[in-house]
Amino acid sequence: MKGKEGTWRLAWLATAIVLGLAGYAIFFVAPPELRQGNVYRIFFFHVAIAWGAFLAFFISFFGCIGYLASRQQEWDWLAVSTAEVGLAFTTITLIIGSIWGKEIWGVWWTWDPRLTTAFFLELLYISYLMLRVMIVEPDRRAMVSGVFGIFAFLDVPLCYFSIVWWRTLHPQPIIGGAPGTGLDPRMWYVFLFVLVGITALMVVMIRERYRLEALRRQVGVLAAELEERAAPDESKGVTA
Amino acid sequence: MNLPRSAGAVLAKELRIELRTRDLTHTVLFFVLMVAGLFSFAFSPTADESRRILPGLIWMAFFFAGTLMLQLCFVREQANDTLAALRLAPIDPFAILLGKLLANFLFLAAAEIVFVPVFSVFYNVSVLPVLGRLILVLFLGTFGLAVVGTVFSAMTAQARMRELLLPMLLLPVLAPVLIAGVEATGELLVPHPSLAREWVSMLAGFDVIFLTATWLLSGFLVEE
Amino acid sequence: MDIALTTSLGVEFDRVEKRFGALLALRKVTLRIAPGEFVALFGPNGSGKTTLLRMAALLVRPSAGRVTHLGAEGRGAGEIRGQIGLVGHKALVYDELTARENLGFFARLYGVSRPAERISRVLDAVGLRQRADDVAGVFSRGMRQRLAIARALITEPRLLLFDEPATGLDRQGRDWLDRTLDGLHDAGATVIVSTHDDSLAALAARSVHLDAGRVVRDTAASAVPLAPEARR
Repeated sequence: MKGKEGTWRLAWLATAIVLGLAGYAIFFVAPPELRQGNVYRIFFFHVAIAWGAFLAFFISFFGCIGYLASRQQEWDWLAVSTAEVGLAFTTITLIIGSIWGKEIWGVWWTWDPRLTTAFFLELLYISYLMLRVMIVEPDRRAMVSGVFGIFAFLDVPLCYFSIVWWRTLHPQPIIGGAPGTGLDPRMWYVFLFVLVGITALMVVMIRERYRLEALRRQVGVLAAELEERAAPDESKGVTA
Repeated sequence: MNLPRSAGAVLAKELRIELRTRDLTHTVLFFVLMVAGLFSFAFSPTADESRRILPGLIWMAFFFAGTLMLQLCFVREQANDTLAALRLAPIDPFAILLGKLLANFLFLAAAEIVFVPVFSVFYNVSVLPVLGRLILVLFLGTFGLAVVGTVFSAMTAQARMRELLLPMLLLPVLAPVLIAGVEATGELLVPHPSLAREWVSMLAGFDVIFLTATWLLSGFLVEE
Repeated sequence: MDIALTTSLGVEFDRVEKRFGALLALRKVTLRIAPGEFVALFGPNGSGKTTLLRMAALLVRPSAGRVTHLGAEGRGAGEIRGQIGLVGHKALVYDELTARENLGFFARLYGVSRPAERISRVLDAVGLRQRADDVAGVFSRGMRQRLAIARALITEPRLLLFDEPATGLDRQGRDWLDRTLDGLHDAGATVIVSTHDDSLAALAARSVHLDAGRVVRDTAASAVPLAPEARR
């Protein structure tokens, strides 16, 4: 137990160092972009965090399937931890994307396919968490939210394609040259570095959240046991 | 253990109860008529404007009416614990959901049969030349709404604040149906109407994916 | 009672637990009810009687332990369900439908052969023939209970589970209930009844007392030694 905890502390430390270095690299290693100047630097974190969000939701989907297949609470803990981290990452992605959009597009928000999909993703997983709040009994909560989690995840590609087709039928905002065209190799290295840092952050955050869920369960069990000891046991000594 | 037979029995039971009480159909009809009227007061659209906004209005009205109606689908089984009675029977749990979702589909379709002509008259938009294609689009979209709505109704029946919860779960998941339904309906109401293949296939794809998921997960959905 | 039964179905609980959140509804219950027994379940409210019965009816799955149906080894859950009749707290019938329609619906779900015949036999057995075409919503408590029992009998069950069937019945209704349960048991069904009523205890050959999710007394305990955990 102690050793395990130590490993995780090291993981936190390593994540912090990688992210710190990544922050440095974004500002001092990567060159300015030709057309966007310095604003583009937001993209390193933006894209990496969006990737982390999607990866988290993907794991959450498997958590849901795992629970339904095995009925082991641990899978449900994984599903909720990853969904929450994914939601936090999506929110950050949307916020920093908005800041970039304001600078480059001149608006905070536009119904661009990726933005809109991220928006629906946000709604879907807020629903998932709300559903969990409304169901008290842990086994039923895990089961119902497992089913919803699967439905929500299946809905994501449908949302994405419907929005892409929808946008192509409507006038689109003028967007500056797509990022990713002709990236300087230094930009790539920095990006990979940021990606590693963010993925590590995702993993350690999920782990903390998972541990919280496990502790909650433990508290529930202990509380029930305590209550039982407090109540005089009438059945004591009565055997047939 | 015969799926069509037991699903048919559940469907017949739902229809019989509905014919006797008419709770759901009355609620849905009243709701959509009210939307049609109120909308006209609020925006007093011209014929051109209505052509543009009508598809969105039709689908939004159905979504909200559907949420109201689907709420009752499993809650109705709680008064006498009849869901337990269904689960006690030696039938595939999917039969319970299938019977109910077909019933919900028929209730919504019945409302649409009244609703579409009324809208067409109120807003002076002719639907007769495209009736067949419009029915196809409405059919696919309504079926998607019935599938996901029935499943979520089963999920939320025992939850706290289920009246709020159901629309919260349902509406985001139905976003693709809303977009595809509105777009496909819109393409049918323009001067040179055409059936938008990609939207029809989106609606059909949604129906197939979620009906399959329901079939796979039905055992969990009716559990206690 | 002319409800023909062939062989009956028992049920065995092996260290069964049921957890609802932090609440333990059943704690390591080990109980064997052999085919053909007539068992009365006693215990205060919340002692786990309902959970135990619903578990025997395959409505509730145990959080731990095993529930096996004796006399149905190797059969699938579907087939076992078809041989269990449950009369719950609530009537398990639709208020909007008539007695006959309710029974017709459940007969279809159970795949009863020659349903019309079966329905009229069951209606006679519970004495509802005169009211068969009234909607269940207008029934008195006693008649609802008769209909609930008719529903449970539609499939010719070999294991009958009754959850406090006497609640809300008048003297006459209770007498009728006692006779009915006795008749069903004589016809060969295993009968498990949860009750507060001592008259049923006289009828049942064995009584099992539950408290806080444990078996605390079993008049046939010599046959099944209690697990040490259950005695804790």
